[in-house]
Amino acid sequence: MTPDDALSGALDLIGKEQYHEVGEFPVERGYVWTSCASVENGNPLFWDDEVAGALTGGPIAPPSMVSVWFRPHHWAPGRTEQALPLQVHFDLKERFGLPEAVMTDNTIEFHEPVRMGDVLRTHQVLRSVSEEKTTKLGTGRFWVIDVVYSNQDGALVAVESYTGFGYRRVGDGSS
Amino acid sequence: MSVVVAPQRLLGDVAAGDELPALNYEVTATTVVLGALATRDWRPMHHDKDFAVNRNGTQDIFLNTPNQAAWFERYLTDWSGPHGRLARVTFRMKGSVFPGDTMCLHGVVESTEVDEVGCGFASVAVTLSVDGDVKTTCAARIALPVSPDDNPWARRGDQWRPSPAP
Repeated sequence: MTPDDALSGALDLIGKEQYHEVGEFPVERGYVWTSCASVENGNPLFWDDEVAGALTGGPIAPPSMVSVWFRPHHWAPGRTEQALPLQVHFDLKERFGLPEAVMTDNTIEFHEPVRMGDVLRTHQVLRSVSEEKTTKLGTGRFWVIDVVYSNQDGALVAVESYTGFGYRRVGDGSS
Repeated sequence: MSVVVAPQRLLGDVAAGDELPALNYEVTATTVVLGALATRDWRPMHHDKDFAVNRNGTQDIFLNTPNQAAWFERYLTDWSGPHGRLARVTFRMKGSVFPGDTMCLHGVVESTEVDEVGCGFASVAVTLSVDGDVKTTCAARIALPVSPDDNPWARRGDQWRPSPAP
């Protein structure tokens, strides 16, 4: 694929819904508590059922966990390929031959709360791809990807927007 | 019978320029790895120092993005109390946070508003810094109750508008 073909193909994907997926497991409290413990979050909404009942109609997950429910297991029986979250990001790395990548910006807009037992749905939408740029990390491209989350009832849960930078390290001629 | 939970902070208690109490936290390798696993992020730069140094070119493993989101949420709701409902966060990573760093989260209220459906919001600018060097900035919009009997979590559908009107 020539660089022009790579860019043209990427631009064709802008605005298209890709990778409709259903979460591999229902939202559950064990992971909520693990997450809260990792940042020492003592918000009683997540620890005290009476407070959760009074304010949110029952236990909910921290809103910032929304992407957690979509990260695939590191291994699963029968899987032959490594499953990658935010697949559009990895597709772009491969398309442009950029071996490294970092995320630079992250925006999350929160809608309906996530509740225990929810099985979330998601899809990804590529929003933009930049011209080639050079930063202190290396030379590559920035891209913006939206991840749209909804619950099993079709209610919008969140929209997460990532800006990624895929790059080749300075002096690294590999592609 | 459900309990009555009094709001910790009302919108009227808040004004532009208010500073949130700073949160200082000593980051260890455990912090980074626990945060990565708690967010189901199995990528090696968040648990494998050799990979982080030799493949990513960073000095060590570093806090991942979703875990930073969890730190920002915890920081904001420590201040707001459980009635505080996050509406929108935008953050930008300027540098990485490594084991051995003491990270400092600090927030300033930039503005408050009541939207067209009566929901109160505070916009808060939060920085995560290490030794005064800003590593991540976070622009947050969080709903706060406008009265003692208001509850932003009760809002559904068109009554909940997490992004400000254009």
